[in-house]
Amino acid sequence: MNSPVVQLKNITKRFGDVVANNNVTLSVNSGEILSILGENGSGKTTLMNMIAGIYRPDEGEILINGQRVEIHSPKDAYKYKIGMVHQHYKLVNVFTAAENIILGQEGKQVLDMSAVKAEISKISDAYGFKINLDQKIYDMSVSEKQTVEIIKVLFKGVDILILDEPTAVLTPQETKALFDVLRNMRKAGKSIIIITHKLNEVMEISDRVSVLRKGEYIDTVKTSETTIQQLTEMMVGQKIDLDIARSMPVNSRDLLKVEGLTCYNKEGLKALDNVTFTAKSGEFLGIAGIAGCGVHELFECIDGICKYTGGKIAFLNDEFEEIDLTNKSTREIKKLGVNISFVPEDRLGMGLVGLMGMTDNVMLRTYKKGKGQIVQRKEPRRLADKIKQRLEVKTPSIEYPVSRLSGGNVQKVLVGREISSNPDVLMVAYPVRGLDINSSYAIYNKLNEQKSRGAAVISIIEDLDVLLALSDRILVLNNGKVAGILNARTTTKEEIGYLMTAEVK
Amino acid sequence: MFNIRLSKKEPLPLWNSLLIRIGAILLSLIVCAVVIISVTDLNPLEVYGGILNGALGSTRRVWVTIRDTLVLLLVAVALIPAFKMRFWNIGAEGQMLMGAFASAALMIYCEKLPNGLLLPLIMIASCLAGLIWGIIPAYFKAKYNTNETLFTLMMNYIAAQLISFSIVFWENPAGSNSVGIINPVSSKGWFPSLFGQRYGLNLLLVILVTVFVAWYLKYTKHGYEISVVGESWNTARYAGINVKKVIIRTMALSGAICGLSGCLVVSGASHTISTSLGGGRGFTAIIVAWMSNFNTLAMVAISFLLCLMDNGAIQIASQFGLNENVSDILTGIIIFFLIGSQFFISYRLNFDKKKSTAKTESTGKEE
Repeated sequence: MNSPVVQLKNITKRFGDVVANNNVTLSVNSGEILSILGENGSGKTTLMNMIAGIYRPDEGEILINGQRVEIHSPKDAYKYKIGMVHQHYKLVNVFTAAENIILGQEGKQVLDMSAVKAEISKISDAYGFKINLDQKIYDMSVSEKQTVEIIKVLFKGVDILILDEPTAVLTPQETKALFDVLRNMRKAGKSIIIITHKLNEVMEISDRVSVLRKGEYIDTVKTSETTIQQLTEMMVGQKIDLDIARSMPVNSRDLLKVEGLTCYNKEGLKALDNVTFTAKSGEFLGIAGIAGCGVHELFECIDGICKYTGGKIAFLNDEFEEIDLTNKSTREIKKLGVNISFVPEDRLGMGLVGLMGMTDNVMLRTYKKGKGQIVQRKEPRRLADKIKQRLEVKTPSIEYPVSRLSGGNVQKVLVGREISSNPDVLMVAYPVRGLDINSSYAIYNKLNEQKSRGAAVISIIEDLDVLLALSDRILVLNNGKVAGILNARTTTKEEIGYLMTAEVK
Repeated sequence: MFNIRLSKKEPLPLWNSLLIRIGAILLSLIVCAVVIISVTDLNPLEVYGGILNGALGSTRRVWVTIRDTLVLLLVAVALIPAFKMRFWNIGAEGQMLMGAFASAALMIYCEKLPNGLLLPLIMIASCLAGLIWGIIPAYFKAKYNTNETLFTLMMNYIAAQLISFSIVFWENPAGSNSVGIINPVSSKGWFPSLFGQRYGLNLLLVILVTVFVAWYLKYTKHGYEISVVGESWNTARYAGINVKKVIIRTMALSGAICGLSGCLVVSGASHTISTSLGGGRGFTAIIVAWMSNFNTLAMVAISFLLCLMDNGAIQIASQFGLNENVSDILTGIIIFFLIGSQFFISYRLNFDKKKSTAKTESTGKEE
């Protein structure tokens, strides 16, 4: 039971200038569960997509059962008995579970549904899946949909199953049920690869762990011979010194108080659970958290976009009076004289209107200003010009659609607009995601400027080195809860990495 | 081996894209000629001449074509705010019928009122009727996120049936199952001549509304909100825009203008009402709005082209003994070429040697 079924040798994959995977070598044995561990953006999914036939490696080779193979498509992958369940499910909503499972299968002209169902039931009984084959997808919960996806892949007769962050959307009970099924599959001799960044789940389910960091392969260890601490260190790596200036907060005082914030997301899951913290003026409050940690909802709640069921948010003005912002809308907050700026994660889908030029985008949150029904474009035009010059936005004209600009320039427009109003509180989600070095540093400088100006800067940054270099304090969010508030000058990457990923009580 | 690959062009200068479109029309006329010769053995130039003669051959014919163009243009103008918001209002036909319904009802029941009072009343009522027909699907979209395409389409049938039902009460002469000319003697509720032209008031109204909508979309806060909501509801939420309110308000406008077009047809032209009064213009207007890329001048040109073909059809039917559908075939070919030309306006064709595709792909992305 220890022969490698899949071997990756010196795999490299680039997207333009970005190296997603660099010289990765690892192997999967039959009848084992292998975890691929790494932070967001470490290249886990890209690597697995190459096994599943979505991407092809630029360099290196893939061996299946010792044979060198070229996998051109997911169909090819099925030929080698490899199947992948992606993070975003690909199911037909109006079909039943059974119809989805046989989708894309070759068969006879006349479909014998009862025979098909019997066959599917055989699989689901063997591994202990719980599923109603006649239920339509749109009636299903997320975990039921996942079950359909997994059975769909198994039905194609795969021996190697890849799961991309399967537990990200599951409740603890559902996770336990999934793990039971996976253990049954391992017993039956299947190989399973799980992409994850949750350490306690890695320890619970997998036999071996392969760690990736920023596209590089670090090492593979046996779960029984490692500890969470060791894995964290492998995942976050040595501290790298970045040349980012960080000033001490000046005249810092409490500015924004968040108390016991609790909120549910669209799926009805608890996205924020009793979150309490205070943001101070002239301070950079970094937020650390993996995808789905709740920062998205936290920012929307503070900005007044999202309603919450519990807790309160208050702002302390210059006279130290407490202004209650609880469940106020964006507009009501503005009317109370509190200036909160927010750079959302989805730049073109939320922060900017892609078809519009800089002028029209710059007035997105202020277009109501001024009397009458006519839009005043004079001031926005001047502001757009100013942003273009100050942040060196490369665009043919300020009326040129922003969706045609490069990612770095898009972010400059967005950040430029949000800081232009001299905000009291500035929230920025992933300020430099997808940006090159120069644009990144330009953005860091702008955030630091706002901090020295006296704003409370709150920002989630994926790269822990950058987060440590910029922040004064770091709030760690894990599964909607505050896992800790740390002093950025004294804490370590390991400590943050542990709090981000370990189970919180 | 060559590999054909598409890449997006930068927006072309106006005259350049205009030239491509004119080229497309010329090309389509050649294809039409081939079809005419092969199917009917007629001289295609004579057929084209017949169409022009039928649509523009006399002052009266010119005005009829203008009158029809105005209605089509007005409906297209009505659709634009909704389409800009990505609200697929395909219920223009029904909203127009409701406007016509209100006009006819007032003309019949309020014949006693002086025309100076009745006419404004008719215009307001027909706008209101269209507005209500537009607001109903908008409310359900905003509140329950129902599918507006189906909803607005179904509303068309209700409007048509409502008119069918009313004709039972309004038929004149009795038993004819049609309404006949309303107020033939008193001419109450008929649009008066303006500037000595029978359709002068129609022209004035359409120009006013068209200019208003173009201005509304470009320069007002409401227009700005429509653009944002059309791009993404998420962005609208972020901008603090009340998405529900914008949807309902915009559809109210769209429906009201459609309603006014119904008034234009009944009070301003035919002075009667029937279920077929829409004549599919609510749907043709969708083509006009999209083909013109929401550009007002282009809408005028396309509305005119379509009405010209339509009115010319009657002429070639009698002159050459052709079925009226021949004109539909020709119109279809012309529209096909016009839509096809859009492809060459927005995309560039690249012929690459097969081997180098991967490389050009990555460079193509950067531009």
